[in-house]
Amino acid sequence: MRCVLQPEVLVSALPSVPLVTLDDVLQRHSHDPTRLLQILIDAQEIEGWLPAPSLTRIAAALHIPRARVEGVAGFYSFLYTRPVGRYRVLFSDNITDRMLGNAELLDALCRKLWIEPGKVSEDGLVSVTTTSCTGLCDQGPAMLVNGRAIGQLNHRRINEIAELIRQQRPLDLWPAEYFSIDDNIRRRDALLDLDMPPGAALTAAIARGRDGWLAEMQASNLRGRGGAGFATAVKWASARNAPGAQKVIVCNADEGEPGTFKDRVLLNSFADLVFEGMALAAWAVGASEGFLYLRGEYRYLRPQLEAVLASRRQAGLLGTSILGAPGFDFDIQIHLGAGAYVCGEETALLESLEGKRGTPRIRPPFPVIKGYLGRPTVVNNVETLAKTCLVALEGGEAFAATGTAQSAGTKLLSISGDCAAPGIYEYPFGVPIARILEDCGASDTQAVQVGGASGMCLASYEFQRRIAYEDVPTAGAFMIFDGTRDLFDVARAFVHFFAHESCGFCTPCRVGTALLKGFMDKLADGHGAKADLTDIDWLDRLLKNASHCGLGSAAPNPVIDTLQKFRPAYERRLVSLDFEPAFDLDAALAEARQLTARDDPGAHLKTHEEEEK
Amino acid sequence: MSPAPARKLRVATTSLAGCFGCHMSFLDIDEHLFELVELIEFDRSPLTDIKEVGPCDIGIIEGGVCNAENVHVLREFRRNCKTLIALGACAVNGGLPAQRNHLPLSECLREVYQFRPGIANGQIPNDPELPLPLDKVRPIHEVVRIDYFLPGCPPSGPAIWKFLTDLIAGRTPRLTGGLLHYD
Amino acid sequence: MTKQFLLDGQPVPFEDGQTILEAARIAGHYIPSLCWHKDFAPHGSCKLCIVKAAGRHVSACATPAKEGWEVESNSPEMNGERRGLLQMLFVEGNHFCPSCEKSGNCELQALGYEYEMLTSRFRHFYPDRPVDASHPDVLLDFNRCIFCELCVRASRDVDGKSVFALTGRGIDKHLVVNAESGRLADTDFAKDDLAANICPVGVILHKREGFAVPIGERTYDNATIRSKKLKESSS
Repeated sequence: MRCVLQPEVLVSALPSVPLVTLDDVLQRHSHDPTRLLQILIDAQEIEGWLPAPSLTRIAAALHIPRARVEGVAGFYSFLYTRPVGRYRVLFSDNITDRMLGNAELLDALCRKLWIEPGKVSEDGLVSVTTTSCTGLCDQGPAMLVNGRAIGQLNHRRINEIAELIRQQRPLDLWPAEYFSIDDNIRRRDALLDLDMPPGAALTAAIARGRDGWLAEMQASNLRGRGGAGFATAVKWASARNAPGAQKVIVCNADEGEPGTFKDRVLLNSFADLVFEGMALAAWAVGASEGFLYLRGEYRYLRPQLEAVLASRRQAGLLGTSILGAPGFDFDIQIHLGAGAYVCGEETALLESLEGKRGTPRIRPPFPVIKGYLGRPTVVNNVETLAKTCLVALEGGEAFAATGTAQSAGTKLLSISGDCAAPGIYEYPFGVPIARILEDCGASDTQAVQVGGASGMCLASYEFQRRIAYEDVPTAGAFMIFDGTRDLFDVARAFVHFFAHESCGFCTPCRVGTALLKGFMDKLADGHGAKADLTDIDWLDRLLKNASHCGLGSAAPNPVIDTLQKFRPAYERRLVSLDFEPAFDLDAALAEARQLTARDDPGAHLKTHEEEEK
Repeated sequence: MSPAPARKLRVATTSLAGCFGCHMSFLDIDEHLFELVELIEFDRSPLTDIKEVGPCDIGIIEGGVCNAENVHVLREFRRNCKTLIALGACAVNGGLPAQRNHLPLSECLREVYQFRPGIANGQIPNDPELPLPLDKVRPIHEVVRIDYFLPGCPPSGPAIWKFLTDLIAGRTPRLTGGLLHYD
Repeated sequence: MTKQFLLDGQPVPFEDGQTILEAARIAGHYIPSLCWHKDFAPHGSCKLCIVKAAGRHVSACATPAKEGWEVESNSPEMNGERRGLLQMLFVEGNHFCPSCEKSGNCELQALGYEYEMLTSRFRHFYPDRPVDASHPDVLLDFNRCIFCELCVRASRDVDGKSVFALTGRGIDKHLVVNAESGRLADTDFAKDDLAANICPVGVILHKREGFAVPIGERTYDNATIRSKKLKESSS
């Protein structure tokens, strides 16, 4: 019998001869076009990238147009339609990684390997570039090597990694401590203190009956922990009442918001709570199928998550007649993302689950009515689902007793940046920012970015505000910037992030994020003028008003906030109170200078007009 | 038309990376030219042969920015003109000269100076008297602040006339009734 | 009693399920669009149809009308945003009207006129997008693509060929054809396909037919896009 290796093993073995063929991959996924993304992810393991003929073969085997396959392959950052190195090194490039010196480490690694960032070495051995936040902000600077995460990078580690790559050492033989990712749980409350035997919450919910369980959820006032704060029970009830069979529960583990990593910790150490929450949702909704959509950056968690699923099946907590309840049939499969922040938006996530480009859908219809493959679908955040276990065990009222009037329960915060003890903190809702800063050992704090790139930037005069949906809502990111940081750099990093992650569907976001990036770079390069600030304001408004989804409308947030609260950080970069050219005039002559070998005064242009007078 | 200003407005015009087609179209206002010279006088312009632009009320720029000299002239105009107008497609968005923008500059120059049929031992000229070309041709609003835009390739005589009479009379110029064209 | 909403203060009747844009056009009120087509499901990507309904910005093409709503469309604020979106479309591509066969018949250009877009305001991207002239009857000039996906939808849903798709992401998003070579000639595309005749701009052009109509007699030389589209909805 042929041994079919798991992709994770293959990656690290760096095979010279593929151990898996395209046919194996297609077989594994039953030639199902809705699994196109999963097929492409697995097919990529064969050669490390996706050559054009492979896309043609996949299209033929699935009986779908090749253009569609090419469309999907071109959408996701972690799918490559051009060769990449056999060692693919991706430096996490969140602002917190930058603050910890990732740029210098990237340069150092490239120098040691004699390669240019973003290019493949001539022997095809290695490529090094950056990627969006990998969710290791509490232990950065971080990188992914062939999908496996390494944190706490420093020059010593970079030297060792360069050596291991040069020796072509398989990843499995790299020092194990490289790959040990810490939970860094610093403050526990109701959820992180919970020591629940698998099945206990389900048993309680089943005992209440489906209606009784939904009533408990209603009483709990649990709201979505992904940021939007929609009432979970209302979502569940809508899906339950929606016409249509084969309802679906999706756990949104596409934790892409820069600075957020609490779902990583929940999946790493509390996976049973998450899966139990999915089953609790299925019990309330009457769903039969579940998906965990795991961001590609966390694919190293997949083997252990599969193991948890297997043991839950073994224990009768998944499968048919769960815990003996007749008709309670539900199982969960894991789908991987492949580097696309926008897939955290629930309708984009559903498109991705269906094997398509992650483009947000028009709403209505909402997923609870028409979701995955047109079926009623509940999409909940990892933390939300884990919290439902608390509701099942303690009852809705007990759950609602913690927190504030409109924000029941606790919130996990992912704390990073300038503080002594970054990591995961669980607080009851209503906790003031100042208290959090004190607990994590932050001093001389200038600003806190709450809720990630799309969230709010709070200045020190706002530190009495509270974490709650009615005051400072958050999906969990909490990035701290002390007095040495430049808030313009922070905003610019986020603007770059949004431009990179825009799906490109709607005009304002596709072009607006690129234009905004251009203006921020113009200021950073020392060519800014007051007129640019007016244009930035104008772009901010259009993005906010006209974008198709939350990514576009949130993209200007970092700029809007910092322009308001840290305006001097922008103004000190201006070289004119009026107007400066849109591009570097002298640099635009560089090519002609080179072609003519000229360097006389006439071969140059002053960039600032004042100097020419 | 509302009463003319007490003194004649001083107007300068130039063509940068353009074909003078917009200037020709300007002349297409025909008999309105007689009305116009009652209201304005020309400073630097291909119509006057004055070489240096002096203080003006209105500057009219045809053509985009393709080389260093264009940048200098454009800046001179901006410094001297209270109101600066982009006239025609090339000034507004780069136009025909900007069709070279997807080619590397080296390819353009070699094609012209080295590989064109009939050229033997050609070299890319390096005379300091010659302005260096920019890597890309740019619309003028990317180099200086522009107050008004009048698109068209070229804008028609009637469009130019409407635009100028609005401006001279103190109305914000508007191109309505089919006068606005990009081609 | 028919239901109605107010569009810029004017009552507009509608039937359940109708979008703001459909109801408005039937009632003789123009809301602009580029990616919307009466024979296809709403797409909502161009955002030209943006209106303010009950105080919120929405796509009129994709938002079902609601009884009693007050919708703001033909106002300086909304038209200013539309002009901004047009400027974005102009700077991200290479739209050189004087040399384009579609000039005079182009919806993007006509909307530029309608909303008095005199400048594209921003820095031009001048992207490098090669032309595909491989097909015997049809030329593809990707420089002008505005990503409305009408060709994608027409080829997939009507022609049954799926000749086109989008790949890439963000500002690097681009149109591809259904062939490993990337050449239109290697697809089963034909000039009579709906997809070959639906492009609102000058990407998909029939060869040997360019500049057939003299300047002055083209679609938008003598009619505004507003009047043309309203005539279409009333017929």
